[in-house]
This record gives sequence, C-alpha cells and structure tokens, in this order.
Amino acid sequence: MTATIAPESGPLSRDGFARLLYAEWTKFRTVRGWVIAMVVAALLIAGFGIWASSGGQACGTMMPGGQIVAQRCPGPPLGPGGEAVTDSFYFVRQPLRGDGSLTVRVTALAGGTPSANPDGPFTAGLQPWAKAGIIVAASLRPGSAYAAMLVTGGHGVRMQDDYTGDLAGPGGAVPAASPRWLRLVRSGDMLNGYESADGTHWIRVGTARLAGLPSVVPAGLFVTSPDSVTAESSSPTLATAVFDHVVMPAAGPRGAWRGGPVGPVGAAAAPGGRFRLADGQFTVSGAGDIAPAVANSSWSAKPADHSLTGAFAGLIVVIVVGTMFMTAEYRRGLIRTTLAASPDRPRVLAAKAIVIGSAAFVAGLAAAAGAVLIGTDIANSNGTPLFPEPWPTELRIIAGTAALIAVAAILTLAIATIVRRSATAILIVIVVIVIPFVLSAPPGIPTGLTDWLLRVTPAAAFALQQPAPQYYQVQANYIPSSGYFPLAPWTGFAVLCGWTLLALVLAAYLLRRRDA
Amino acid sequence: MSLPAAELSRAWYGREALHAEWTKLRTVASTGWLLLGAAVLTVGVGMAADAAATCPSGGCRADPAKLSLTGVQAGQAIVAVIAVLTISGEYSTGMIRVTLAAMPRRLTVLAAKAALVAGLVLTAGAVAVLASVLAGRLILPGHGFTLANGYPALSLGHGPMLRAACGSVLYLALIALLSLGIATAVREPAVAIGLVLGLLYVFPVVTSVVGNQHWQRHLEQIGPMTAGLDIQATTNLSSLPLTPWEGLGVLALWAAGALIIGGLVFRFRDA
Repeated sequence: MTATIAPESGPLSRDGFARLLYAEWTKFRTVRGWVIAMVVAALLIAGFGIWASSGGQACGTMMPGGQIVAQRCPGPPLGPGGEAVTDSFYFVRQPLRGDGSLTVRVTALAGGTPSANPDGPFTAGLQPWAKAGIIVAASLRPGSAYAAMLVTGGHGVRMQDDYTGDLAGPGGAVPAASPRWLRLVRSGDMLNGYESADGTHWIRVGTARLAGLPSVVPAGLFVTSPDSVTAESSSPTLATAVFDHVVMPAAGPRGAWRGGPVGPVGAAAAPGGRFRLADGQFTVSGAGDIAPAVANSSWSAKPADHSLTGAFAGLIVVIVVGTMFMTAEYRRGLIRTTLAASPDRPRVLAAKAIVIGSAAFVAGLAAAAGAVLIGTDIANSNGTPLFPEPWPTELRIIAGTAALIAVAAILTLAIATIVRRSATAILIVIVVIVIPFVLSAPPGIPTGLTDWLLRVTPAAAFALQQPAPQYYQVQANYIPSSGYFPLAPWTGFAVLCGWTLLALVLAAYLLRRRDA
Repeated sequence: MSLPAAELSRAWYGREALHAEWTKLRTVASTGWLLLGAAVLTVGVGMAADAAATCPSGGCRADPAKLSLTGVQAGQAIVAVIAVLTISGEYSTGMIRVTLAAMPRRLTVLAAKAALVAGLVLTAGAVAVLASVLAGRLILPGHGFTLANGYPALSLGHGPMLRAACGSVLYLALIALLSLGIATAVREPAVAIGLVLGLLYVFPVVTSVVGNQHWQRHLEQIGPMTAGLDIQATTNLSSLPLTPWEGLGVLALWAAGALIIGGLVFRFRDA
C-alpha cells in the first residue's frame, strides 16, 4: 500500500503554490453566488455605461415653422495632435507670404467682466491667462496649427504653439502694464519666438515646428480672455490690448489689416471683439482662449469616463464577494481545514489575493471595455459628441478601472482577514473607498474636503478614470465631479496599492499570530 | 400550572419581545461602538465640510444647513450596518432559531427589533445632528458665512433649520428601518450591507452623470438617499425635485416597502 500516494514534485507538489492557487480557485468557482455576483458586477458596470451613453442630449435647430429638427451636436474642434481644443480669439491679420517676421510692442493689457445685461457695469479685472500678442496660424479654421508670442495677464511673456505647447519667457512674470516687445520669425516650417524689453536686445524664447505650414498664412495680432471661473459659475470676460511699432516687412498697406473673431467666442453672452487703428496704434479687444479644451468646458461632449460611473456600483458587489471569500471560511470553520492543509498561512492569503484579484480584474476589464466601446458606439449613432481621447488615455481608463476593482478586492480581502467579520470589513472598505467617491461625485460638497479625501483615501485610485490632463495654463473648474482628480492617475492608483500592501502585511501578520 | 390566557395577550408578547431584543442588542459590544462610530463620523465629516467651505464676500449659493449636515451622508453607512446586524447577526450565529423557538410570533419579533433599532438610531442621530449644527454654528461664520453675506448663524430657532435637523434624525432612523427590512429578506450580512449601500449611493452618482434632465429629476425623486436628503435643504427650495417632507416621505415608502417584504419573507420562510 505504499504506492497509493505517489511522491509529487514540481509546481503541483503537495506544498506547491500552484496547488494552493488551484484549491482557492476551486473554492471560489464552486460557490455559485460568488460567480453570479461577479457577473452581476460586470453587468452593472457595463449596463450603467451603456445607459449613461444612450441618454445623450440631441441638439436641435428651430426651423421657421417652429419645428425643431434634431441634428448632430457640434463637438469641440480638434487640434493638430487630435486633442480637443478651444480656439476662439480676436484676430487682426494680414497674409504672410513665405518666410518673414512680425514684430510688435504691447504697451497695455487690461480686462474685465461685462455685465450680463448690455447696459450693466463693466467689472474691471484682468484674467491671469488673458493673452495678447502675435500669432502665425496655418489657417483660420478653429483647431489649426499655430505658433504665438504673447503677454499674459499674470504669467509674463510666453511662447505657445499647437495648443499644448507653452514656454515661459526668460524675463519671468512682468506687470501687464509694462511694455514688451514680441517677435515671431518664420523660416520654412520653423517659427522662432523672441521677446525684448526695449526693442533692441532680443532674447529667443523658443522654437516651434509647424509641419506642412502653407506658404501663405494668416499672421497678425490677437487677444483672448478666458471665462472667469468660480466654483459655482463661469462668466465670459473681455481683454483689451494696445499694440504699437507693428512691423511686418511683407505687409500690405495699412488698410490691409483685417479684424475678426475666429471660432465661437466665449459662452452664451459673449462680449464682442473689435479693433481700432489710429496713429500706428492698434487697440484690440477679444474674448475666448487658444488652449487645450477641458472636459467640462462649454462643449456638451461627454468624456469616456462618464460611461464608467457604474464602476463604483460594480465595486460594491466585488467588495461583498471579496469579504465573503475570507469571512465565509471563518463562518463555516473551513479555515481550520485550509490552514491544516497548508500551514504556511501567509501563502494562503497570497493565493486568495491572487484568485480574487484576478477574478475581479477579468470581470472589471470585460465590463469597462464593454461600457466604453459600446457606449462610444451608441453615442456616435445618437449624434452625441464625445470628448475625443487619444487611445492611450482610453486604454488607461479601461485597464485602470479593472485594476482599481482588482486591487480594491484584494484590499477588502486583507481587511476581512484582519477583522474576520463581514459586516465590519464591508463597512470599513465602503467608508474608505465608496463614500469619498460618492461625496465628490455630485457638486455641492466643498472641494477642499473632496480634494483632501481623494488624496489620502484609497478612493484616490478613481483618478485612473480622469479623461484629460489638467493644464496649468487653462483656467477651469478642475473638480472631481467634472472628471478631474487632485492626484495624477497612476499616483492615485499608487495610494490604493499602498493601503492594500499595508493591509496585506497586517493581515498576514495577524493570520500567522492568531489562532484561527 | 398553565399560564393564564390573559398573559399570552399581544401586549404581553410585545413587552417580552422588546425586553428580549433589548437584552440582545445592549449585550453585544459592537452595537455601542457602531452607534458611537456613526455619531463621530457624522459630526467629523460635517465639521470637515464646514471647515472646507468658503463663501466669498460677493455672496455664494451654498446652503449652510445642508453643509453642516453633510456628515449624515457618511454616517448613514454605519447606521445601515447597525440595523443589518440586528437581524443578520442572529442568522450568522444560529441564534435566530433560539429566538423563534422562544418567540413564535415572528412579526412581533421583527416589530420589536424595528422599534429598538429605530429608537437607538434616533438617540444617536439626535446627538450627532445637534453636534453637527453646533459645529456649523461655530465654524461657518469664520468661512464667510456671515450676516453681511446673508447668512445668520445656524440656529434651531429658525424654522427651516429646525426642520432640516429633525428631518436628518428621522432620515437616519428611516435608513435603519430600510436596512432592517432588506437584511431580514436576504439574511446574509455581507449581501444585505452591499444591497443597502448600493441602493443608497447609486442614485446620487448616477444622477450626476445622466445627461437627460428629465431623467435626472426622476432619479432624484425616487432615490431613497437623494429624495430623503431633500429634508436638509433650507435655501432655494423651489429648485428641489420634491418638497422636503415629500422627499422624506419617499424614503419612508422605501423603508415601509422593505419592512413589509422583509416581514412577509420572515413570516413564511424557515429560519
């Protein structure tokens, strides 16, 4: 009777980790309720996503008969890199033929907020990112490539190009009132930007390469003033700049300067732009911004993360399963058999963590991919514009959501091991992950509180769902309810992983030290 | 030596059931800790919200009553757990069979549990809400909520504020009853807590992303948390999807529905 138990070796040997994993996997898959719950979690995530995408608002045009005809809502213009941009400004221009340069002196920049009613008072106050300067653009179409040298309301002289490029001039911040000389020199596809305090000593600020720039391009003076943003509202503003010493060697006669707005200007009650030319002095007023678009700007486009709001509902289900995967062992006394069969207790915990983490990851990945891909499809067929996202971002949102759910499941398992009671474990995880997210979702809770919560709690990992980067050079209300989190996506995820690691270490320690 | 029939009356049963349930609740250490935790979390989150709020000198649209009672949104999670454990705890340990052998009138048992858990939550909730209002009264004026900006100090003498405070206490008790009903129906504590918290928190999050305004309003009207918390509003009442008391009424309907379903299942199912 010695041959009945053959000596085993390799990964499937008696103490092999693979065998332990297999045992835990068997425990997981043979409890029908848990498998069903994982499927329900995936369906919740995907279902919410698809439902959120299908409820798109249609845009309509009022026909003369009072009839409303639905049409595709306008999406934001796309910049040269395929990203959504804001491109509206007041442009005083002439065609620039071939290589050449453009030089101006900006002598004043002032701004304010016009009252909503046309005869109301004008509240003075220049926006920090109001811009006045010179620009060379590939065309007048919103979203076209450009390079610009400009003076800002509060951030000194900058060279900007193609919406996301931003270089500070070496002069640092200068008072908006002090005169500044700006120069742009085109040679082929290259544009060099220079600044000067006196018009004789020039400092090069930067170089921009605009691939495929046509030989004749619009060039000239521009002014923008982004909407002033508070936590509660945003209102259109207007900036006015005075330019003189305008030198454009290849320029036509004075009368050849043409002014006009580019793109839609500001929000609803947009203040108009205009320009006046007297004694070689240009006074230009404008509103709007030339910058990357933020996901919550006036465009009705929805970012893809909106279709993943259901993730937290699925997360609650996964938390319940993750808890029971451990506490059920204590409830039924199975833990004693488990630990007798594999006395190396931390390895049991590791095997359980891998099984529940993988199951949650697979469910989360399938659901998130379904929600984003089907949601995008539905939005496209409904004519609801989507906030364009480069594919790496979309991939990060999908994989990140799955990773968030998987690591949260492991955190839950660790906490369930520590406290051993399902109710307490679920309560702890819900309080640290779900409640911070719920408090931050609808606007109304002070952002100071939600910012703090989304930095230190494991809920920081929801930053993985952020659809667009936060740009320091764009004034916007960067709050969690519009998809902006206080931490960068992977930093937020690291916070969750840190907590999970801490909980796992404590759980392993207690599992080893305590009697089961 | 049979007992007189009068002693087996409904009232006798009710008293005995209450007494038995009270003994079970008060002798479990976790009840006290969880009640304390609910109160501390409610006050703590409320104070953090007060401290994080600012009202610039131009005035703001914030609702100071709602702000100081923000903690209720977090504290309700612990209240739900307390209520779930009063019944699920018995199923986990098998105690329920002893309880039902001693008290065969199951609905009386459930009613006694409901009365006790509601009473405990009302008490802890009243303390937490009073402390939150007091904290708001002390903290908010330092953050721009001054008379000059149109915000008198929070006071329970102010009708809407009194309604918001009392309503929040009732809100917590109704959440407890809703949780008890659900837990009675599903028995397993983990599943019950997941269901209750999912039901509560899904509505506000989903509502905030639904583009369609019509749907948004409907969801806010039917969600137990979104509708129930209307009771906390003291400013801009006309923009609410429901009046404050209607909102609390919606939550009461949810709680009653859950208790009825839980009671029916409890009555007709083997323990």
